[in-house]
Amino acid sequence: MDFRHILNSKKIFLRVILGVLFTLTTCKTFAIQEEKAPVEAKNAEQEAFNPTTAILEHIADSHYWHLWGETSIPLPVILFTDKGTEFFYASEFHHGHEAHQGKYYTYKLIEDKIRVVNAEGAVDKEASSHIYDFSITKNVVALWIAGILLFIIFFSVAAAYKKTVGKAPRGLQSLIEPVIMFVRDEIARPNIGYRYQRYMPILLTIFFFIWINNLMGLIPIFPGGANVTGNILLTFVMAFIVLIVVNFSANKYYWKHIFMPPVPVWLYPIMIPVELIGVISRPFALMIRLYANISAGHIIVLSLISLIFIFKTLWIAPVSIIFVLFMDVLELLVAFLQAFIFTMLTALFIGTAVEEHHH
Amino acid sequence: MTGSIAALGAGLAVIGAGIGIGQVGGKAMEGIARQPEASSKIQTAMIIAAALIEGVALFGVVVALLGK
Amino acid sequence: MEQLFEGLLNDHLGFVVWAAVAFLILLFLLAKFAWNPIMSAITERERSIEDALLKAEAAKEEMARLTNENEQLLKDARAERDLILREARHLKDQIVNEAKSVANVEGARMIENARLEINSLKAVAMADVKNQVATLSVEIAEKILRKQFADQHAQDELVADLLKEVKIK
Repeated sequence: MDFRHILNSKKIFLRVILGVLFTLTTCKTFAIQEEKAPVEAKNAEQEAFNPTTAILEHIADSHYWHLWGETSIPLPVILFTDKGTEFFYASEFHHGHEAHQGKYYTYKLIEDKIRVVNAEGAVDKEASSHIYDFSITKNVVALWIAGILLFIIFFSVAAAYKKTVGKAPRGLQSLIEPVIMFVRDEIARPNIGYRYQRYMPILLTIFFFIWINNLMGLIPIFPGGANVTGNILLTFVMAFIVLIVVNFSANKYYWKHIFMPPVPVWLYPIMIPVELIGVISRPFALMIRLYANISAGHIIVLSLISLIFIFKTLWIAPVSIIFVLFMDVLELLVAFLQAFIFTMLTALFIGTAVEEHHH
Repeated sequence: MTGSIAALGAGLAVIGAGIGIGQVGGKAMEGIARQPEASSKIQTAMIIAAALIEGVALFGVVVALLGK
Repeated sequence: MEQLFEGLLNDHLGFVVWAAVAFLILLFLLAKFAWNPIMSAITERERSIEDALLKAEAAKEEMARLTNENEQLLKDARAERDLILREARHLKDQIVNEAKSVANVEGARMIENARLEINSLKAVAMADVKNQVATLSVEIAEKILRKQFADQHAQDELVADLLKEVKIK
């Protein structure tokens, strides 16, 4: 693999500048938010600032999209209950302070999870197990934004290709083309072989989808900031799609290797389960890796910012900012690297599944 | 107290990954020094190996933190 | 651990479904409207570049071939020209030589003719001169004789001289 040209180009310079900007804005937004938390804490029995809760709150999914200070966008709540579908806005919950009387049940937001409460305000576990939360949460909206962004970018690039047939790429096209070529020549072709063309769409989609979501996650203000790729459910969906793609494109050699491995027959009771676990564990590792890497990045940045509130002094802020700047620049690299590794391993798994010759 | 034990587990997992990735990186550099023309291939293999080790380590960390 | 999985489906099934739907729609749209056109355009361009390179290579070869051919032609032409020139020179020499020899022969012949003519004319002229000398001599002799016969004495003297002469001889 050779992405030195990316490191050497002017882009890295641009990224450093962007990183500084991001960091400054990060500090600002989080500062506002964290200031709020101690204030609330003071009101509620002078509770101390708990960085763990604050950080986990920030990387978790939410029914609100926090903008600044007390301002946040309430997102639509869709509930499938055993009696019917409910639809209302999260603003009804008043940040979990009040219960909402729906058509069928009374709902309350407890730790950003929707629970049914009874007349006395206690959680009704029985009824809660019948409602399914299909809300358009922050991560869903972030997904849509990323998807729309991707679609706009690549639709315009495709249009550019139609316009400049047989000519050199220009503008956005020339920014995107090396990346596409990188995916084709460094990821798909060496790992899959001559049948790589069939898998190009899924590999490219996975690569750019993860990359743009990682980058959007690094932007601390509105359109970004959602921890989408650091959400294990999203990585689960992607890993599951990879699992399906790999196993549905597998040929007889692959299945033979699993069910009739080249070992003595008495080893089969051990080998077959091991191979079957291997089938599951590889996408599972993909899921965990992406989730943990991106979440870890967010947690480190948020922890560094939390230092200011732990020490309760503004003098620690410059230290925090410098470390956050460093981490953000590193995260830009990680954003690319994780997208690359996810795609690379997907291509590798597909490659082993469609490999013709076998020992 | 259980929380700190979970953190200990996570730390142990990270130690293993650190040693593993260190080995991979060091050997890859040796390989590149010996054969600079194969550096791109070595880099690819190195990143894959590092990713696999990292996957195991992250698995350990996640289990340690979730199992508390 | 139990707490972790409590209400997992209730809380998170929705997100999984939304994410899967979003990803699959994105995959479908991008595959149809972006990846296929882009990949085919890139492949097409690569092929055209390769074609162009091959064509350029072929053109270069063709060019080299043509140059060779031209050179060969030029060489041939030059050789032919040399040959023609040599032949022409040869022919010229031959003609000149021939002309010279013809001229020589003719000249010689003419000279010979002229000599013969001169000789014949000379002979004629000599004959004429001889005739005239003879005539003159006869006339002179006649005149002298006439004069001599007029003077008897002189006649005698002469006869005597002649006789003397004859006798001496």
